[in-house]
Order: sequence, then C-alpha cells, then structure tokens
Amino acid sequence: MNAYLRSSLVLLALILAGLGAACGGGSQQQATAPAAPVTNPVDPATAGSLKGSITLAGTPPAAQTINRRSDPYCEQQGEARTQTFTVSDGGLQNVFIYVKDGLGNLKFPVPTTPVVLDQHGCTYVPRVFGIRAGQSLEILNSDETLHNIHALPANNREFNRGQALKGLKHTHVFTTAEVMVPFKCDVHNWMNAWVGVLDHPFYAVSGTGGAFEIQGLPPGTYTIEAWHEKLGTQTQMVTIGPKEAKDLSFTFKL
Amino acid sequence: MILHLYAVLVAVSTAALIFAGGLVTSTGSGLSVPDWPNTYGWFMFTFPLDKMVGGIRYEHTHRLIASTVGFLILALAFWLGRVESRAWVRRLGYVALGAVITQGILGGITVLWFLPDPISIAHASLAQLVFCLTTSIALVTSPDWKGGYARRGPAPDDRILQRVAVVTTGLVYLQILIGATMRHTEAGLAIPDFPLAFGHLIPPHWDAKIAVHFAHRVGALVVTSGLVATAGHVFYHHRSRTELWRPSALLLLLLTVQITLGALTVLSGRHYIINSLHVVTGASVLVTSLVLTLRSVRARFGDDAGLSAHASINVPSGGSNPPPYVRGAGARA
Repeated sequence: MNAYLRSSLVLLALILAGLGAACGGGSQQQATAPAAPVTNPVDPATAGSLKGSITLAGTPPAAQTINRRSDPYCEQQGEARTQTFTVSDGGLQNVFIYVKDGLGNLKFPVPTTPVVLDQHGCTYVPRVFGIRAGQSLEILNSDETLHNIHALPANNREFNRGQALKGLKHTHVFTTAEVMVPFKCDVHNWMNAWVGVLDHPFYAVSGTGGAFEIQGLPPGTYTIEAWHEKLGTQTQMVTIGPKEAKDLSFTFKL
Repeated sequence: MILHLYAVLVAVSTAALIFAGGLVTSTGSGLSVPDWPNTYGWFMFTFPLDKMVGGIRYEHTHRLIASTVGFLILALAFWLGRVESRAWVRRLGYVALGAVITQGILGGITVLWFLPDPISIAHASLAQLVFCLTTSIALVTSPDWKGGYARRGPAPDDRILQRVAVVTTGLVYLQILIGATMRHTEAGLAIPDFPLAFGHLIPPHWDAKIAVHFAHRVGALVVTSGLVATAGHVFYHHRSRTELWRPSALLLLLLTVQITLGALTVLSGRHYIINSLHVVTGASVLVTSLVLTLRSVRARFGDDAGLSAHASINVPSGGSNPPPYVRGAGARA
C-alpha cells in the first residue's frame, strides 16, 4: 500500500511539474510574442527602389501561330501567336518580380481600385499581373463570344464563371497571398494568364526590354523572386538603404 | 422484335455518348460550360447553335447526347415495364434507368466541383456499366436469346468457358477503370514512349502517374491473355456455335484495334480523336466480352430467360420434354 501511495505521489509530482513547466513556457511565449503589426509603414523620406531587367540566355523557340478556328469570332481577330517567350531588346517580358521575404510584420493598406483582367481578342490582357490579397479583381469580357474564367489556385478558392455576352464583368477577391494563380479559358484552350496575389505592394511585371521597377521599399534586406511561366523561379538577396535605388537583374537560361 | 431493335438503338446511342464523353476529356473541355444543368444560363435545349464554339462544342454536345440517351433509356424502361413478362428483364430496364440518372448527376457534380478525380473517374466507370446494361437488354430481348440459340442444337453449358469469360469480362472492366484513372489524373503521357517505358521494359523511375500508366500497359497484356484464351476456347470447342464464335472473332478484331489505338494515343501525344476512339473501342471490347459471357451462360438461365408477353412457352408439369435451353438440357462441351 505504501509503495502504491509513493508511486501515486511521484506521479502527481511529475504531473504538477509538467503543468508548471507548461505554464512557465506560456509566460515565456508571451515575453517573445511578436510586436503588433505596423500599418502603412512606408516613410517616403527613406523609401528606396529596385530597378533592373530580366534577360534570357539562349535562343527561345519561335512564337507559333495559334490555331483559333474552333471559334470563328476569334479567328476573325487576326493572327495570334504564342506568348510564352516574349523577348524584346534581349529582355524577357511577362516575368513577375516580387519581394518574397524580408518585410516582417509590416502591413500595407489594400487599394480600393480594382485590377482589371480583360478578355480581349480572345486573349487575356494582361497575361501576367499582380494583385493584393483583399483587392478586387474585375474580369471583363470585351469579346463578342463566350469565355469562361477558370482560376486554379492552390491556396485560394477555385472558381469557374461563364461570360456569354460582351461587356459582362465578374468581380473576385483573393483572400490569401499566393504566387502564382493560373487562369485558363476552357472554351479557348490557348488562353492563359497568371496572377501573383500578395499581401504587400512590392511587385512588378517585366515589360519592354525586360525592364521592371519596384518603388517605395522600406530600407531593409529582402529576398526577391522572379517567376516565369515556363522557366520557373529565381531568387536573389538584396539590401536597400535609405533612399537607395538598387539595380538588380535576373538571367533565365533556356 | 421492335423492342429489340429499339434496345439495339439505345445501346448504339450509349456507345456514341461514350465517344462524345471521350472527346470532352481528350480536348480538356470538361469545364468549358461552367454551369449545370443550364448552359451559360440557357436551358440546355435552347442554347444557340452559333454559340457552340471552342470547347463548348464538345461539352454541350455531350450533354445533348446524354440527355437524349437518358430519354431513350427512360422510354426503354417504360416499354419493358409495359410489355416484358420476364421480371428480371424489367428490372434490368429500371436499373439502366437508375444508372443513367446517376450518371447524369455525377456528370453535373463533376462540373460544379471542378472535375475532382474520384467523381470524374466514377462518371467514366459508370458510363461503361450503362453501356453494359443497354447492351444486355438488347441481347436478352433478341429472338435468338429468347429461342435459347436452339436452332443449331442445344445451347452448350460449358463451365470452363463460362468461368474464363466471366473473369475476362471482369478484367476488361478493371482495365477500363485503370484507364479512366490514367486519363483523369493526366497520366496518359507519363510514359512517353511505346512499347518500351523510358527505353526499358520496366520504368527506371517511378511516381504515381507512371505507376498508373504502367499498370494500364500491364493490364493490356493481362486482358489480351484473357481474351485470347476465351476466343481460343470458343474456336476449339464451339466452332459450330455462331452465337459464340462471332463475338469471339469480333473480340480479337477489337483487341487488335484497341492495342493499336493505345499505342497511337501515346505516340501522337494524345491526339484527341485517337484518344476518344481508344475509349469507345475499350467500351466495345467490354460489351462484346459481356455478350459472349451472357451467351455462354444462356443455358443456365432456364426457361424463364426466353419468356416474354408475346412469346411465352409453357412447360407442362410432367411428361413432356423441357425446352432445349432449360438448365441441364444443353450439351456440355
């Protein structure tokens, strides 16, 4: 009986010790809890910028003419060519560049103006773009034919909406940051677009000559990622001082 | 006879529906019409023809054919219910009706839920069963079935043939299930070469898609063995039985076509017409094997198998010989 009592007491002591440790851990967690998010933290007086270009090493495959005979309206819109590798002046267009890491707990206000994705000439315009989580995306049908807008996110809600008439508009809000969310039209299988959904405003899409610029960055050290629909991603670390305009370039290889 | 011809029409329509469904998957058009049962807000049958463009042509045509087949099967079940004296054949009609309704609902759900693999695979698999049911109804309403294939002597009750044929039909269906899984999980080109796999007999590296694809190839070999064994048995033991060797010969022909189409599907990079023909030919192999199986067990159905409202056969309680297709009366090969 004594042995039983002793065992019980030892067990009780162990449980109490465990509970104490757990409570102590809790107070320790409270001590290291992250600071409250800082809203609208960009100070224009110290903000820097990132500027550069995307180049493509190697000869890209020639753009192919897309067969659009399956829809007479689309065929009448003239010749369309594949846009996977859009190169001008040696620079690669339609690359999404964004701050992947380094912003910590900074919170940025979400713009109230919507981003527009247009279905024009049986093509998505733009092909690659960025948007903020919580910002409205307006998907517009400017064509006199039917489109369906089928988004295939991994972390957001998938949707598939039909737009049978010209001028129809569908508004959608992505709730979670996700790079990239593909769009496709199942009616016209050549139509593809990608959107980078972010919880901050520091992103850009390379344009003519592969040029891009990200402005208004708070001083700090960042991981910058460049994404291309076929060539994948590349990352670089960059440190930006107060008012500094940093140059940064990526080279994708075929 | 008219009922039988109508049942044949329904079975052929079901084959056309499977081909149309194959086109939808092969062209990636499954979600080109986002809503269901409507089409872009229109009632299905009032959707303007000039708006059937791109992927909509395949998806909406599939829906129209599916609805038509649904109505045909509804009428078939109703017709059987009115004139068919064999309760199990009437039930076959009701089961076919229930299956085609379930199939339609599965088709709608898979669209509304963005083509989840399990639902899409179930939709593809149930389509084969609907085809099996309509073909079976066409078979058992035929005059030859009702007559017990007795024109050429008593129908054989060959247990070995029955077992081989049943197993082979099951294997064909299993192979179709693997094929459906392969199609709907985008594994059709997971092994890009043929007949080898990445230049080897066995794939040198594996993932889930390669495993499914390779299982389909191994399945083809197993099914080929089963079909050749079945047909070989029929040719050797039942050469005089037209009702057995005809489907056997057709099976070997379809098998050759099917293997060729399977190879071409890979080598053409999944050309949508070749791919869809592969689907419908697979379904044809299945129902042909089923017909052979049912004919091989015809003698075991007993006298009730051939009875209908307009051609009933009364077996006296004693004295007279039973019809030749009554169990035990047929020759055993």
